[in-house]
Amino acid sequence: MSQPVFRTRDLTKVYVTGAIEVHALRGVDFEADAGEFVVLLGPSGSGKSTFLNIIGGLDRATSGEAWFTDHELSRFNDRELTLYRRDHVGFVFQFYNLVPSLTARENVALVTEIARNPMRPEEALAIVGLQDRMDHFPAQLSGGEQQRVAIARAIAKRPQVLLCDEPTGALDSKTGVLVLEALTQVNEQLGATTLIITHNVAIQDIAHRVVHFGNGRIVSSNIVAERKPASAISW
Amino acid sequence: MSALHVKLLRDLVRLWPQALAIAFVLAAGAATLILGIGAYQSLSETRAAYYERNRFADVFADLTRAPRIVEDEIARIPGVSSVETRIAKIALLDLPAVAEPASAMFVSIPELHEQKLNLLYMRSGRLPLPGDENEVVVSEPFAKANHFSIGSTFEAILNGRKRTLRIAGTALSPEFIYSLGPYGLIPDDRRYGIVWMREKALAAAYDLTGAFSSVTVKLTRGASEAEAIERLDGILARYGGLGAHGRRDQTSHAFLDAELQQLKAMSRILPPVFLLVAAFLVNMTLSRLILLEREQIGLLKALGYSGLAVGWHYLEFALAIACVGTAIGIGAGTWLGFGMTKLYATFYHFPFLVFRTDPAIYVIAAGVTLAAAAAGAVRAVRDVVALPPAVAMSPPAPAVYRRLLPEAFYAFIAIPQSLVMVTRHLMRWPIRTVSSILGIALAVSVLVGSLWAFGSTEFMIDVTYNRAERQNATISFVRERSMPAFYDALSLPGVLTAEPYRSVPVRIHHGPVERRIAISGKPANADLSRVLGAELKPVRMPETGIALSDALAKILKAQVGDMVEVEILERDRRRAVLPVTGIIEGYLGLNAYMSLPALNRLMREGAVISGVNLLYDTARQGDLFKRLKATPVANFIALQRTTLQNFRDTLQENLLVMITVYVSLGVIIAFGVVYNFARISLSEQGRELASLRVLGFHKSEVSAILLSELAVLTIAAQPLGWAIGHLFAWAMVQGFNSELYRVPLVVERSVYAWASLIVFAAALVSALIVRRRIDRLDLIEVLKTRE
Repeated sequence: MSQPVFRTRDLTKVYVTGAIEVHALRGVDFEADAGEFVVLLGPSGSGKSTFLNIIGGLDRATSGEAWFTDHELSRFNDRELTLYRRDHVGFVFQFYNLVPSLTARENVALVTEIARNPMRPEEALAIVGLQDRMDHFPAQLSGGEQQRVAIARAIAKRPQVLLCDEPTGALDSKTGVLVLEALTQVNEQLGATTLIITHNVAIQDIAHRVVHFGNGRIVSSNIVAERKPASAISW
Repeated sequence: MSALHVKLLRDLVRLWPQALAIAFVLAAGAATLILGIGAYQSLSETRAAYYERNRFADVFADLTRAPRIVEDEIARIPGVSSVETRIAKIALLDLPAVAEPASAMFVSIPELHEQKLNLLYMRSGRLPLPGDENEVVVSEPFAKANHFSIGSTFEAILNGRKRTLRIAGTALSPEFIYSLGPYGLIPDDRRYGIVWMREKALAAAYDLTGAFSSVTVKLTRGASEAEAIERLDGILARYGGLGAHGRRDQTSHAFLDAELQQLKAMSRILPPVFLLVAAFLVNMTLSRLILLEREQIGLLKALGYSGLAVGWHYLEFALAIACVGTAIGIGAGTWLGFGMTKLYATFYHFPFLVFRTDPAIYVIAAGVTLAAAAAGAVRAVRDVVALPPAVAMSPPAPAVYRRLLPEAFYAFIAIPQSLVMVTRHLMRWPIRTVSSILGIALAVSVLVGSLWAFGSTEFMIDVTYNRAERQNATISFVRERSMPAFYDALSLPGVLTAEPYRSVPVRIHHGPVERRIAISGKPANADLSRVLGAELKPVRMPETGIALSDALAKILKAQVGDMVEVEILERDRRRAVLPVTGIIEGYLGLNAYMSLPALNRLMREGAVISGVNLLYDTARQGDLFKRLKATPVANFIALQRTTLQNFRDTLQENLLVMITVYVSLGVIIAFGVVYNFARISLSEQGRELASLRVLGFHKSEVSAILLSELAVLTIAAQPLGWAIGHLFAWAMVQGFNSELYRVPLVVERSVYAWASLIVFAAALVSALIVRRRIDRLDLIEVLKTRE
């Protein structure tokens, strides 16, 4: 069996503000294989976002190990983390984080310009079904469309991992399903290991595996027996 | 304190770097205003007080010789309140410690009674004892420059005879505040001084016992100066009067006037620039603050605060900054103004200093500073007042961006998206972008508009001393002499070549305008002391007619071909009409030139000269000076190279201070504009920039986006800044020009380069300060919040 894409051992994160210590992660052991589609569930403050930020190279663990393939992320300096994000990670966020002064195509191009082996922006936008809206500015697109632009931007670099933090959090059910469809499709077509954070339980049915977070720890990790297509769910 | 005031205070503390940057620009406006007006008022009031206390005369006249009795006749001229007759002569000095020949203006003081006019302000010692032939009082700067003390002696050639004089005291006089010798650029206290002697002694030396050669007159308030001058000229015509003149033509007074005029010109240009920039900075910062606080504004209104109350809250924000700016400006302006006035007092040798702290200046400075801030705030505040609470509480409509160029263009040329971001962001707020460019341009222009003067002065020196007056000495004879005197000069040790000249005082008229000037007669083929025509090329002296300097021609409104009338102020005082045959370029004084033979024909005299211009071998100047110091025929010897050196030294002393002041002013503007723009731009784009970091952009790549914006602004501002700076320089030239000298408008390329370099440096520093904030952007926070 090939080595896991992500592997963490006893990962902890403590935020210190003044005299107060907040334990966001209290020893997380986790593995994800190539091409795996994992949904991370848990209430607010359970540590799932902190976990995603650490394995996404946006934050550092207080202790423990976090590995991306055979690289130990915890040993990376700031510059190496930036390169890691640039070359390997695709991010999708709740609030899209598009550049308002750039069109859909240009927002994608922003990433393809700096990536090592990107697809063409048009190609990435076609994958998410936005080939007809490429020259619109974010303000001219609906929330779902904006999120799909963000997905196109995330996949255009052909990332090994796709990390999504509440990608449907700001969307209604119908639009959210369109976004999830795009994500499953990308996972299948590109084989990118996909981790989705949500507190929307309905989404767990589209994953290979569901990981529950609670109080800074992984509470359970279950293989989804009967995986559904995104179009089959709603909330 | 009300809740809104607490909010105001916290806003100011939170935004302190931006607020302080704006306050500094406002402070610069207030300070330059106080400095300019304050120094102007101090200087002019010090002068006025000095004139008043020491009874500075109103009308002055020199003549050959008139009996004492004439004084009564002068006193009877209507409007004359007092008359003082005296003897005034320039004579050569032989100063033991000075290698070069020196000169002094010898002025008599009444033998027994007190001086009536131009009272001496004794600085040390006492007046010469009546009847003492060798005691003198000397001007204090002259004594200081030569390290003389009471009891020191020096030699002078009075009317051809060498005399040893002993210093009894030192003094200052309102008549010689600016004691400039003949042909001088600035006072040379080492080589030119004022010497006061008792009348009897000086009269004996010049065979003027019972007579006088100079008269000064004080007029009653409201008396007509022109009338008094005319009457005085009428009386003195019989006695070789050289033409009476008012204070306007009195050297010391005129130079002070020119200085005052310069101060006025400066104080009219600089403060408005700062206030304009500050107003726009206030507008920019407040608009952004209001946009960010939209919801709070809605909330306040929903809670029942009136539109005006909320608007006033934001206006107070601007006014609070203005108060800080005013306080700094008043402090700095007073301090600098006091320093500058003191500098003036030392340079001009005032015995005392009236530093005016006219409360009106401060009220005006505070008023205009507050007004500028309020003007900047008014638009933003109006928006606050007009904003309905319901609209305010919902987020603002997203910014609408437009493509600037057709789509095909983007496909055709691969422009990095980061650059597209930069241009679209700049174009999204065109007014802000344009006013920032204008702000930076004004920083450049303040520098161009001040630094040009140094190069321009060098140009003036080059024209005057390298192209026109190429001699290194000018001997001025006590009285006109015939040509053998020229050959005597030619045979002086070390003299390589020499040229004679003649100088005749005249009053020149054209239409209703008249001026008192000297006509210089030069040989037609003059090669040392040349006259320059168009494009500053030397021209041959026209054989007939009169050539006018450009400045004089303008004043007289005379052109080549016009006839001007000259009234000779010597001998038979004839009037003659002469054709203008040339216009001459030059920057110093009002001049007219004729060929030497033509001038002598006009005077109905043979080959007569007033002096000689020399070019000597500097290796032999020791011998030459020794001979010149003892020459009985001369009363003044100008040394052009020494004068120039002296001028340069003085300039050098002030250069560093002046450059520091101007560069600080330019930097304050550049920093204020760039820093505020950068902070606002960062506040608008912080979220995007943090997102880019998340997407894998390096810190340097992300800061490059913001820094490129600043670079675009700064670069775009340069040509505009140069153009406005040139305009400032032009305006200053108009303000500086006087009948004593004109300043050529020469802005060297290096001035533009330096101005740009300084502004770029200031922009870079402010950009780097903001860059630290970009480096510290919180990557996680930005993902969690909706804009």
